[in-house]
Amino acid sequence: MVEQSVPSRLKPAPLKTDVAVELVGVHKWYGDFHVLRDINLHVTKGERIVICGPSGSGKSTMIRCINRLEEHQQGRVVVDGTELTNDVKKIDEVRRDVGMVFQHFNLFPHLTVLENLTLAPIWVRKMPKKDADEIGMHYLKRVKIPEQAHKFPGQLSGGQQQRVAIARALCMNPKIMLFDEPTSALDPEMVKEVLDTMVQLAQDGMTMLVVTHEMGFARQVANRIVFMDEGQIVEMNEPKAFFDNPQHERTKLFLSQILH
Amino acid sequence: MANAAAAFVRTTPIPAMPPPRALSGALGWARDNLFSSPLNIALTVASALLVAWIVPPLAKFLIIDAVWDGASRVDCLPRAERPEVGACWAFVIDRINFFTYGFYPIEERWRVDVFFALLAFGVGWMAWLDAPRRDLGAFYFFILMPLASVVLLLGFPAIGLSRVSTSQWGGVLVTIVVAAVGIVASLPLGVLLALGRRSRMPAVRLFSVIFIEFVRGVPLITVLFMASVMLPLFVPDTWSPDKLLRALVGVALFSAAYMAEVVRAGLQAIPKGQYEAAMAVGLSYWQSMRQIVLPQALRITIPNIVNSTVALFKDTTLVFVVGIFDFLRTIEAARVDPNWATPVTSTTGYAFAAIFYLIFCYGLSRYSRMVEARLAAGDRR
Repeated sequence: MVEQSVPSRLKPAPLKTDVAVELVGVHKWYGDFHVLRDINLHVTKGERIVICGPSGSGKSTMIRCINRLEEHQQGRVVVDGTELTNDVKKIDEVRRDVGMVFQHFNLFPHLTVLENLTLAPIWVRKMPKKDADEIGMHYLKRVKIPEQAHKFPGQLSGGQQQRVAIARALCMNPKIMLFDEPTSALDPEMVKEVLDTMVQLAQDGMTMLVVTHEMGFARQVANRIVFMDEGQIVEMNEPKAFFDNPQHERTKLFLSQILH
Repeated sequence: MANAAAAFVRTTPIPAMPPPRALSGALGWARDNLFSSPLNIALTVASALLVAWIVPPLAKFLIIDAVWDGASRVDCLPRAERPEVGACWAFVIDRINFFTYGFYPIEERWRVDVFFALLAFGVGWMAWLDAPRRDLGAFYFFILMPLASVVLLLGFPAIGLSRVSTSQWGGVLVTIVVAAVGIVASLPLGVLLALGRRSRMPAVRLFSVIFIEFVRGVPLITVLFMASVMLPLFVPDTWSPDKLLRALVGVALFSAAYMAEVVRAGLQAIPKGQYEAAMAVGLSYWQSMRQIVLPQALRITIPNIVNSTVALFKDTTLVFVVGIFDFLRTIEAARVDPNWATPVTSTTGYAFAAIFYLIFCYGLSRYSRMVEARLAAGDRR
């Protein structure tokens, strides 16, 4: 890895605690619809969690609760020792340290690729533009598209856009990365380049929570796989045990449908 | 049977088809654009007739038969050797100072000229998108120039500029002042109201909704009357602000309400993912609005913003109902001047006003098209 090219002052601070994310008895409702039912999840530092399950099972909602894009209504969400409440300061604190990659990239279309990357470091971290550009180019090299720095997102392929989105999140030096179906909106040919980037990130020791149906990725990278259905965590296990010896009928059915 | 069907084999090629009709050159262009179908031919002929019907008399009135110099009505009256009289431009030329400055004291009119120059300089600096130091330009345009203009136009006896009451202002000066203040104030106010209307805070939202709906539900004339007639009834005379200032505030608030709805449409067109991405990278509410949402929302609403601006520019003529002498009002006053009483004076005056408004509004619209094209960069694929 080319980590040494980033000045040490721009490097992320390590996690304060060994527990990266802790969800305790989390419930959430959309009106009468009970999206999350008693979610308990404990993610330790450096752990890679893959979350899968049928659509509507609450996977996305769960990881969106971790950076407060969704509010939970019961239970506790603690991110690196900071509990998420209505306290805006704490929410901002958590968001600064948690990167997120979306299914539909959500790049800022009116800014160039490099501007997309440097926006948050400049405005949130108050970094001088020169340093931000430096760090932006560093991460663009890392996702292997430095030559696209001055194009607009609309001029890039889906896979390139998603890699820019990953680089954008990394530019804030996050301690934890959340991925919400990062490859679902991509052409099959572009899935690999994005997954490769994520594998590399995992090898560097990033704490990751990934909602995905890429079972190959899960097998290769995950420490644990979480299977959700109807707002509950149905099963949680190491990849090998999860794939070879699923415990629940629902898990077996799901696996039989996605692994042909 | 199958063999019989295949028995025929052509031995010579079919003769070549004629080439497609020429699509280049003037003829090709005309055929393509003017005479491509029966409907198109009919429309072309109708348009040509319309032009032939309108343009010659207009040119005859405005230019060919027009009177360019003269000192009084006599010069613009039909005479035996000149039975047809066109536009009496001599009247406009004679009264142009009145149209420009209103009743501004003659020896102080240079101050208005300086104001026009300052304004033109500022507008040029802001409108030229590649201009150097646009941050300085913004400071000049939004802070320095308005202060300087107030000192200059109202007067500041301490530095030798005598006081000129706003009741003496008039003509183009007033039209420009009202339009500029209205346009410059309404956009930021409109943005704030639009954000307020979408706010999560109920008090802010309620205030914005009530303000917007109330102001939109009332005609501008009513707002102006309220500002100039009703307000003095409630506050003592000494507190009551200047008449022009009251009209300015009225116009600015009125157009802000319209601008708010225009901006809100743009805000609603921004996908939720943009807000979420902005939040996820840690931007605060104001930062995400300033950096992410507003640049995109304003860009897509440029046509509507310009639409409102053009409407506002023409609506400034309504300030005459509260006794302010704007450009159109000076023409109204001058056209009944017995010195220039001729059959063509009114028509000439109105034609002049039309040309004035047309130039400004068309200029605005062209400029906005240019900005739109520039800002479409993000759409490049």
